[in-house]
Amino acid sequence: MKRILSLLAAAGLFCATAAQADVTLLNVSYDPTRELYKDLGTAFAASYKADKVTINTSNGGSGAQARAVIDGLQADVLTLALAADIDAVSKNGKLLPTDWQKRLPDNSAPYTSTIVFLVRKGNPWKIKDWNDLVKGGIQVITPNPKTSGGARWAYLAAWAYAEKAPGGNAQKAKDFVANLYKHVPVLDTGARGSTTTFTKRGIGDVLLSWENEAHLALKETPGEYEIVYPSHSILAEPPVAVVDRNVDRHKTRAAAEAFVKFLYTPQAQEIEARNFYRPRNQEIAAKYKNQFPNIPLATIDGDFGGWIKAQASHFGDGGIFDQIYQPGK
Amino acid sequence: MTAKFRKPTEDPIWLKALLGGLAFGFIAVLLLLPLVLVFKEALAHGLSAFWATMTEPDTLAAVRLSLTAAAIAVPLNTVFGISAAWAIAKFDFKGKTFLVTLIDLPFSVSPVVSGLIYVLVFGAQGWFGASLADHNVRILFALPGIVLATIFVTFPFVARELIPLMVDQGRDEEEAAATLGATGFQTFLRVTLPNIKWGLLYGILLCNARALGEFGAVSVVSGHIRGVTNTMPLHVELLYNNYDYVGAFAVAALLAMLGLVTLVLKSLLEWRYAGELAAMHRH
Repeated sequence: MKRILSLLAAAGLFCATAAQADVTLLNVSYDPTRELYKDLGTAFAASYKADKVTINTSNGGSGAQARAVIDGLQADVLTLALAADIDAVSKNGKLLPTDWQKRLPDNSAPYTSTIVFLVRKGNPWKIKDWNDLVKGGIQVITPNPKTSGGARWAYLAAWAYAEKAPGGNAQKAKDFVANLYKHVPVLDTGARGSTTTFTKRGIGDVLLSWENEAHLALKETPGEYEIVYPSHSILAEPPVAVVDRNVDRHKTRAAAEAFVKFLYTPQAQEIEARNFYRPRNQEIAAKYKNQFPNIPLATIDGDFGGWIKAQASHFGDGGIFDQIYQPGK
Repeated sequence: MTAKFRKPTEDPIWLKALLGGLAFGFIAVLLLLPLVLVFKEALAHGLSAFWATMTEPDTLAAVRLSLTAAAIAVPLNTVFGISAAWAIAKFDFKGKTFLVTLIDLPFSVSPVVSGLIYVLVFGAQGWFGASLADHNVRILFALPGIVLATIFVTFPFVARELIPLMVDQGRDEEEAAATLGATGFQTFLRVTLPNIKWGLLYGILLCNARALGEFGAVSVVSGHIRGVTNTMPLHVELLYNNYDYVGAFAVAALLAMLGLVTLVLKSLLEWRYAGELAAMHRH
């Protein structure tokens, strides 16, 4: 009975805050980084001497995660799939300044990635490039660009391919992408959801995947899949940021800033490369160069005028994605 | 030559066999087989792999969180359920049917919507969001939010079990107690409660099962912080998405076992107190 009473009392203590001397950071991240930030968190906790740090993580589709932080998920650090999602937290949640991306080197992206194709063993449909995806009855698996960051990079990579192809232009790119999404039978909310749809549930012929996510799938189930690098893809820059309003409220600024800076250190860059993210550090990138084939990559700033513009015109309400994607048609 | 008449209550043997076979086949394929597969997958890599998941800190945290949420939600809904059933069965007042309809609301609303309601009310952009944040009060993406969502979806279970039972029993005994000078509380404790105890237990059992198993509403308000705000059903999803299939099915097996325990308890109650419970099912 006493226990029940104390639990009831606990229910009443809605304002209970953790009053521990140790520092706990909440890293709200995008979907495929589960394994990466587990390793990085352990390494950071061991190297950071000022406090005893514990890093909690939450993973999900990048856009959905941004939404949760705007709604009050107490992230100290955001490590999302693309800048537009952190822009949204800045704009709609007013939790960090609009110039957040200038506070850290390399557009605040300590590592990069790109979009590749994951196909079933032996590549039965002989998929080599983007134009192979829209042939016949091929089923393409990719998450929902409204909620997933990787899906938006994949969409833009397809767009850039069609626009840069000989005789290509914006209208042809729009037609190509519209055609591509006619081959998508299901849109999951996040990258990992799509990967399990493709691998565990066996749906689809090709997965448009983060490079890191595709390598991880190969590692988890060796011999069942193959990675195909298209002739052209996109430089995906997943940025990181300290959430000012939250770290000030939690008094965790020092540790949070140390953590995002740690992501650029050689030690962290090595961990990122081992988890199949392309490191910024030249020496470590050179060491792992066989793992990351050099293909031409479009950039968000050079080819799409930056995320603020791309997000509004392609993925905003009534944007191009809304115009071209008609489920069930 | 005499016409052979069939008794109206007796069906031909083939029809009985067909219907019975259909029912059993349906249950075997749709319920039993998946349940067996859950346990098979959980033990696919042996007992030690199963045990490793069970003793992992994040799994223990998820079990603890689910039990805590249920330990708060179930007693509160029990108190609410008894009061609501008492009010509806023993008194006449305006808006009674409306109240009964409201109690049923969580049954008819999708759990995801129930979760979103709390985001709209307590979210940082919601009605109370800003003032809550100013006072450093956390409801969403923390235990209170999970408890609130659990209370919402498990709200009708106790009341729904008790209302028909209490209506059926009528007010005679209570009126007799009142005539003999018992206070309201004495009447409740000595007359009403003994009459409804088995129905009440049954309701609590169902309420608890749902509280432990709730996914949708809790998923919306949880924030999915590993080891902090992940309940058992959410932890199953997380492990599944982490390529940890043994782990996912191990936790799923634990949930299934909790469900089976509930089922056994429920069957025991039904068997022992069939008469009293039958009153409820007439409605």
